[in-house]
Amino acid sequence: MHQLTIRKIVDGLDKKEFSSVEIVQHCLDRIQKFDTQLNSFITVTPELALKKAAEADALRAAGKNSILLGVPVAQKDIFCTDGIKTTCGSKMLDNFIAPYDATVVQNMNKAGVISLGKTNMDEFAMGSSNETSYYGLVKNPWNLETVPGGSSGGSAAAVAAKLVPGATGTDTGGSIRQPAALCGITGLKPTYGLVSRYGMIAFASSLDQAGPMAQTAEDCGLLLQSMAGFDPLDSTSIEKPLPNFNAELSHSLQGKTFGLPKEFFQSGLDANVAKVIDDAINQFKKLGVNFKEISLPNLSYSVPVYYVVAPAECSSNLSRYDGVRYGHRSTKASNLEELYKLSRAEGFGAEVKRRIMIGTYALSSGYYDAYYLKAQQLREKIAHDFTLAFNEVDLILSPTAPTTAFKIGAKSTDPLGMYLQDIYTIAVNLAGLAAISLPAGFVAKMPIGVQLIGNHFSEPKLLNAGHQFQLHTEHHQKTPFGFE
Amino acid sequence: MSLSDDELKKIAHLARLHIEEQELPAYAQHLSSILNFVEQISQADTDKIKPMSHPLENMIQRFREDAVTEIVDRDKFQALSANHEAGLYLVPLVIDEK
Repeated sequence: MHQLTIRKIVDGLDKKEFSSVEIVQHCLDRIQKFDTQLNSFITVTPELALKKAAEADALRAAGKNSILLGVPVAQKDIFCTDGIKTTCGSKMLDNFIAPYDATVVQNMNKAGVISLGKTNMDEFAMGSSNETSYYGLVKNPWNLETVPGGSSGGSAAAVAAKLVPGATGTDTGGSIRQPAALCGITGLKPTYGLVSRYGMIAFASSLDQAGPMAQTAEDCGLLLQSMAGFDPLDSTSIEKPLPNFNAELSHSLQGKTFGLPKEFFQSGLDANVAKVIDDAINQFKKLGVNFKEISLPNLSYSVPVYYVVAPAECSSNLSRYDGVRYGHRSTKASNLEELYKLSRAEGFGAEVKRRIMIGTYALSSGYYDAYYLKAQQLREKIAHDFTLAFNEVDLILSPTAPTTAFKIGAKSTDPLGMYLQDIYTIAVNLAGLAAISLPAGFVAKMPIGVQLIGNHFSEPKLLNAGHQFQLHTEHHQKTPFGFE
Repeated sequence: MSLSDDELKKIAHLARLHIEEQELPAYAQHLSSILNFVEQISQADTDKIKPMSHPLENMIQRFREDAVTEIVDRDKFQALSANHEAGLYLVPLVIDEK
């Protein structure tokens, strides 16, 4: 039953092949059995999930339905959930019981999902390996000695191990796509502003965007349908009617043109990854796609630009953690300034502090123009490169991550090496674009992802390309050894 | 470039982060390597380029009526604080009694 996609769960529930209580119980049993190995959940809420599942079954029996009624999912622990501990992977919020639901959580609940709990993540979503969580690292189900990627590593590991058919993630520089690639699942980073960020704990506000993670592109479309929508409570939320994201799934790819940015394929690409990406290109060619080399000349600046913009915005966003109204409060302070400084020093982990320091420096008097302003100018140039490219091509194809999942601890003392994990994903966030990572193959039994990048609001096109690819490949159907 | 201890202490103060003396060398090493890495943006020509203000073109900044849209449940919110009393957040003494 855990092999079922969300699409098949919805069909099975509609045909009364099983009940929501049965599928939810089955997933909860798997979490209990397997998650001691993975640590993909911070909080599991079995009683609440079973109660909601029984309610969903009762609604269905009464002839009522909604797009994901009774479907089990997991929420990344960055989304506020009313009455349930919401930690963002940090000691700072270890005692934080959210007093309200994030809009994403509200929207998904309205669509009928049953949340099984909150997934593990890098602290405040800062990391690419899920090793910075206060609740311990998450392991990759394909090889328990390797990382699942991050920051949405808990969601990726849980979906890959088939503990839950779908989960939410957030993506500031690759945090949905890179773990999706490293864990062999599908992950979609939507257009900036498509999904409300109200109640989603802020990291870098000009980049943050929530999105779905699941086995297939079709499932990602169903989840996105339940997550997205205009929200007056988020000032960056886009005010336009939602399309049916899966409306174009069955369209042919015949005659479409995908761009291959030469800057991504020139040098430094791992030979194993290159081979798998080549196979994916050939598969798309068989489906009728034409390929064209394109140039994104300012791409090489994306990682350094990101590591100005993201820390600067994080230092501002995280200034709210002062130990006074909520979050960790130091007991050693003798005056108010010490209360701030000690509460923050004790509550934040090393990577979060590093980024706050970098951001504070970049925004400090005398440095703003050289760092933040310059970075925002370069962002404009990077975005313009994409605008020109999308005049010529429908989508852009690249690897998602530079390597397969690396060994636990391999990069944890090298912040800069960790940052380069996101070399293929970051530019998408800088330009506010949509992109999807699809399972593309395996090297030494470890999954590799291919990334498709689309223009703003290209989600139906990305899901169409992903679905057509998945109709003709089986990489997304594999289950890690030991988790069958 | 390498950040000095004094610079690090100044940044930590601005960020309201307590750092111990023995943490300074690690901060100096990590932050300096990150700053040296991002330094390459200074070589880029950005003459007459308008800094990005929003990733989507023609995005309109919305306004709303200045009206009450939510009722704040003070007791529920204050229950999250480590120290509060009679509807007030308690913090160490701010103004000296003398």
